[in-house]
Amino acid sequence: MADATAPEPTRRDFIYVATTAAGVVGVALAAWPFIDQMNPTGSVLAMSSIEVDLSPIKPGQQVVLTWRSHPLFVRRRTPKEIADARAVPVSALLDPLARNANLAEDAPATDQNRVETKAEWLILVGVCTHLGCTPTAFEGNYGGWLCHCHGSQYDVAGRVRRGPAPQNLAVPKYTFLSDTRVKVG
Amino acid sequence: MTGPSTYAPRTKFTRWLDSRLPILRLTNDTVTTFPTPRNLNVWYSFGGILSFCLAVQIVTGIVLAMHYVANSDLAFDSVENIMRDVNYGWLLRYLHSNGASMFFIAVYLHIFRGLYYGSYKAPREILWILGVLIFVLMIATAFLGYVLPWGQMSFWAATVITNLFSSLDQLIPGLGTGIVTWLWGGFGVGDPTLNRFFSLHYLLPFVIVGVVVLHIWALHVPGNNNPLGIDVKEPQDTVPFHPYYTAKDAFYLGLFVIFFAIIVFYAPDVLGNPDNYTPANPLVTPPDIVPDWYLMPFYAMLRSVPQKLIGVLVLFGAIATLFFVPWLDTSRVRSGSFRPLFKWFFWAFITDCGLLGYCGSQSVDASAFSIPLIWVARLATIYYYAYFWLVLPIVGLVEAPLPLPDSIARSVLKGRTAAAPVAAE
Repeated sequence: MADATAPEPTRRDFIYVATTAAGVVGVALAAWPFIDQMNPTGSVLAMSSIEVDLSPIKPGQQVVLTWRSHPLFVRRRTPKEIADARAVPVSALLDPLARNANLAEDAPATDQNRVETKAEWLILVGVCTHLGCTPTAFEGNYGGWLCHCHGSQYDVAGRVRRGPAPQNLAVPKYTFLSDTRVKVG
Repeated sequence: MTGPSTYAPRTKFTRWLDSRLPILRLTNDTVTTFPTPRNLNVWYSFGGILSFCLAVQIVTGIVLAMHYVANSDLAFDSVENIMRDVNYGWLLRYLHSNGASMFFIAVYLHIFRGLYYGSYKAPREILWILGVLIFVLMIATAFLGYVLPWGQMSFWAATVITNLFSSLDQLIPGLGTGIVTWLWGGFGVGDPTLNRFFSLHYLLPFVIVGVVVLHIWALHVPGNNNPLGIDVKEPQDTVPFHPYYTAKDAFYLGLFVIFFAIIVFYAPDVLGNPDNYTPANPLVTPPDIVPDWYLMPFYAMLRSVPQKLIGVLVLFGAIATLFFVPWLDTSRVRSGSFRPLFKWFFWAFITDCGLLGYCGSQSVDASAFSIPLIWVARLATIYYYAYFWLVLPIVGLVEAPLPLPDSIARSVLKGRTAAAPVAAE
């Protein structure tokens, strides 16, 4: 025979709940510095940019530089490679988005949207979007890159064509300072 | 098996101590007189061997930390300094790096033993779960330790494994990247990553010690399972742990140490990857990134799925599945020796684990006998899951087990009378 009417909360009940709530908030606040200390420090966050001299790079060649502790691919594409990349319809791509930091997030992954103004120069963050390996250039079935870790393949516009990688290689923010100089970052 | 204590302090000092800190009573009851089934075979010696492995890793690890430098510019050279210049440094490092492999050999045999003899069944579910927890901690510790020499495999293993969490971006955009940046302390694996990995690699073994204490505690409440899988019913079924099993464990530990020594002294690099003697280079990924052999089955599962998030879930799910085994097996007979149908699936499972390990060790586009290994790995992954989620529940229901013996003592002695076991002095 349970009592149907719950007893009126007492002042002691209120103190229990208030003390517990204050304790939980206090522990959470105290824990935060121990968690946040693992995030990048200010010196790491002070984002660097690099300037790249393009004049020594021949058509069909790729150079690899370091940018924000990641490899940066700068590839000078041949007219045939550009034509190959432009012949691919967006509907045939695994990732339909351009992933270009210079464009809107929903820009489609056309070859034009991967290179902005100068079709010859393809600038990419050389980090496989699967698990972060560095893909190897001029390998795979699509003329672009093959990631040896888990077999992902990218075409000559750095767009993923075979999984497991879920996204196209990222295009970083960059601006051409002249015809032979580009600033990345 | 915990009954009334049989400890009787004999001297004035031990009586005085016993009423203040009954540590001798605890040692006596858990090690010396602990009643242990008299029919335990070689596969039951790996608990002791694993304790030995943990001790070796902690002792060698503590002295290696006296010479190792957790800095991305100095780590590789400090390991080379240990190998070339520190007195007996080569021995200490080879004991530690191969000790990890020995630890995993022993733990896999220990787990397979438990799966065959049904050691996870009531009333030993918590014991099993604590064991799986130790296994998870061992994997984490081994991975963190593998990063410390800062060779090419170290660096890229750290990159690939931490990037597993980036797959969470497919659930909530930004979540995975945020976690990975937090783990790295930067935009890539670097000096902050190495430092925290060293800190945690030093911490986790002591967490393992803590869980091992709970594991042994949970073992000592119901007592050991045994190859017959039947409960202890009468005093003749057991012998005191000391000297019977201290001696038996010591003998098999001796054999194990001989094997360990052969690897350390004659083939110390056979289980490692030569690429890890190349200093870490963030710009060049080695052609084939592979984990150490003991993680290859799980690596093969990850690679066999072409979708990133699902691949990661399959990898973690394979380990998480182990936690549920006590409730997946519907058979009331513990020991596989009395389960004619189960046996076939069990040995197929062992073969399957070996096959997964082989697939994980090969390049992603390799094939054997013109069969692409990726498809072998896919089928093997399916069987791994099917063994736990289909075979264990169904076989337990449809199988007619063989008749169980009446008691351990009568099965072991086959009609002869049991001599009273000689208690240790």
